[in-house]
Amino acid sequence: MAFLEISGLRKRFGSLEVLKGIDLTLDKGGFLVLIGPSGCGKSTLLSTIAGLETISAGEIRIEGQRINDLHPSKRDIAMVFQSYALYPNMTVAENMAFGMEMRGVAKPEREKAVAEVAKTLQLEHLLKRRPSQLSGGQRQRVAMGRALVREPRVFLFDEPLSNLDAKLRVDMRVEIKRLHQRTGATIVYVTHDQIEAMTLATRIAVLKDGELQQVGTPYEVYNTPANLFVADFMGSPSMNLLEGRVSRSNGAASVVIERAGTVPIAFPAPTSANVEKLSEGARVIFGIRPEAVSDPESVNAKSKSVTTFTSDVEIVEPAGSDTFVVTSIAGKEVTARMRADSDIRVGQSQVFALNLDKAVLFDPATTHRI
Amino acid sequence: MTAADLVVAPPPRPRSGQSVITRVVIYGLLFFFAVIYLVPLIVMVMTSLKPLDEVTGGNMFALPKSATFAPWTRAWGEAAIGVSDTAGISGYFMNSIKMVVPAVLISTLLGALNGYVLTKWRFPGHKLVFGMMLFACFIPFQSVIIPMAVILGLLGQIGNQLIDATGFSFGFGNPTVNLVICHVVYGLGFTTLFFRNYYEAFPTELVKAAMIDGAGFFQIFRRVLLPNSMPIIIVTVIYQFTNIWNDFLFGSTFAAGDQSPMTVALNNLVNTSTGVVEYNVNMAAAIIAAAPTLFVYVVAGRYFVRGLMAGAVKG
Repeated sequence: MAFLEISGLRKRFGSLEVLKGIDLTLDKGGFLVLIGPSGCGKSTLLSTIAGLETISAGEIRIEGQRINDLHPSKRDIAMVFQSYALYPNMTVAENMAFGMEMRGVAKPEREKAVAEVAKTLQLEHLLKRRPSQLSGGQRQRVAMGRALVREPRVFLFDEPLSNLDAKLRVDMRVEIKRLHQRTGATIVYVTHDQIEAMTLATRIAVLKDGELQQVGTPYEVYNTPANLFVADFMGSPSMNLLEGRVSRSNGAASVVIERAGTVPIAFPAPTSANVEKLSEGARVIFGIRPEAVSDPESVNAKSKSVTTFTSDVEIVEPAGSDTFVVTSIAGKEVTARMRADSDIRVGQSQVFALNLDKAVLFDPATTHRI
Repeated sequence: MTAADLVVAPPPRPRSGQSVITRVVIYGLLFFFAVIYLVPLIVMVMTSLKPLDEVTGGNMFALPKSATFAPWTRAWGEAAIGVSDTAGISGYFMNSIKMVVPAVLISTLLGALNGYVLTKWRFPGHKLVFGMMLFACFIPFQSVIIPMAVILGLLGQIGNQLIDATGFSFGFGNPTVNLVICHVVYGLGFTTLFFRNYYEAFPTELVKAAMIDGAGFFQIFRRVLLPNSMPIIIVTVIYQFTNIWNDFLFGSTFAAGDQSPMTVALNNLVNTSTGVVEYNVNMAAAIIAAAPTLFVYVVAGRYFVRGLMAGAVKG
């Protein structure tokens, strides 16, 4: 039995259904990231776990206990809000102790718990200040401290880093990761930033229009996306998606991508695909991550299946650590990740190598992975 | 001319002559209107400090030759108010205080509670309820007098029955209590409007955080909402205090004789038709009557402007 279980969860606002039957589980100590574009229902899902929104159907259980109808304060959860939601009239210490005070914890005990958490989060020198006297990062830490101090069963984070500047966001991301590793807390985390999702999660749930698209480890979601939406949404730059067709000969299937005015690219079907399903002439969408497209010299030596093609370079984007090179195949842009020191110029003809170990195929009709 | 001269030479002020004229005009107008507004107050203060013969025989704008506080003490403790036996306005001043303080506190608190419910605990039909409360702001005093009289009459009967039964009226039928009820009911529309608009911009996440922290309905209100509502509380208190203190209609209708508030007593003092009209005493009484609202404005006025602006723009 999983620690947190959500089954058949539906949420309707009038006639509008924002969550359409969500089934999710999370083990104790797990870090579940809910990710999706704006309006996909991820924040609503978090609110239903918190009890701030009622649910229309389904069930939420923590440690087997049904919490559907429990008041938020009775669910033994803590939440970190996007705006931090610190009480402006209270000091940092009072903010952190408020939850315990409402639960009737004695003052010495409260002070002890606050002091401990303040030490962990390096907030000791700020305890007497008010939220208005803190910087964004400090407020963020206080908000986390307020959640930590109660030692709840489940932590809920609602886009906690989206109000911070880029540098601080990376620092706080590391801090959250460290906190999770050290405390072994069970966390549900909402974000729209796929780098946060990849780096923090032990499990990622991708949502779109109130439906789960895929649930899995960051590795699974990134390397074997369940459908075109997940493939396109996760990863930056996003996955290259090209239209092709299947050609069969002697029982082996290969993928052919036609190119106007030049030779088509043909290569054996990626090993990740279920070859039995591929019939002669079937249309497929071929997906490959930018890091699996490179110049022939820097192809991963361990890769078993590589194919090359030649194309004109259209855009070169130096990103410091890498250089992204954009070309086009059959009218579709293809991004390749090259070494930062590669000497590639716009307009030149370049040989690109595709590492097919990392490629996937999708059915254009159902958008599912084959 | 050397290069150094060019560097240090200040840039010419564009059209400086015109800006001087503009300033003279602006300050001249401001001064003019300040004088216009201050003249009545100055005349009142000067008249109140003059003996009566100086008032009747002299120039209104002349400084008092032999300044005396006698008119003030007379107004406060000795002057005859209408046909009442009580001397001076001190008793009526206290009547007003006894009416204003509870009325302001109750209407402000209820307004805050209404605003809290109408924004953070919305229920089906909350817009209709708020709309009707807004409507209350547009109802003139005069049109509620008769219904109010009927209700207060009923309360008075309850009070009489309570006296028969227990020997104590529990405040039913007491003129001061009646006036408090009138002003609370009448003021509720305004206070609700003020607080609803303030709480509309109040971050709901704070309420949610407090809910998760285990705070109940009233705990959230008392510990999270109210401590962060100082600007709007001050606006509401000033507004209600001024309105209720200055009210004449309810005071003259629902309280009589010794129970009248200050405004009614001032009218009775000034409109007395017997004996000599003591202008100096009248002026002193009028200043005393206006003093509390002046005091409230001076003490809390700077919050008033701030509070009216708060919530208008974010941040």
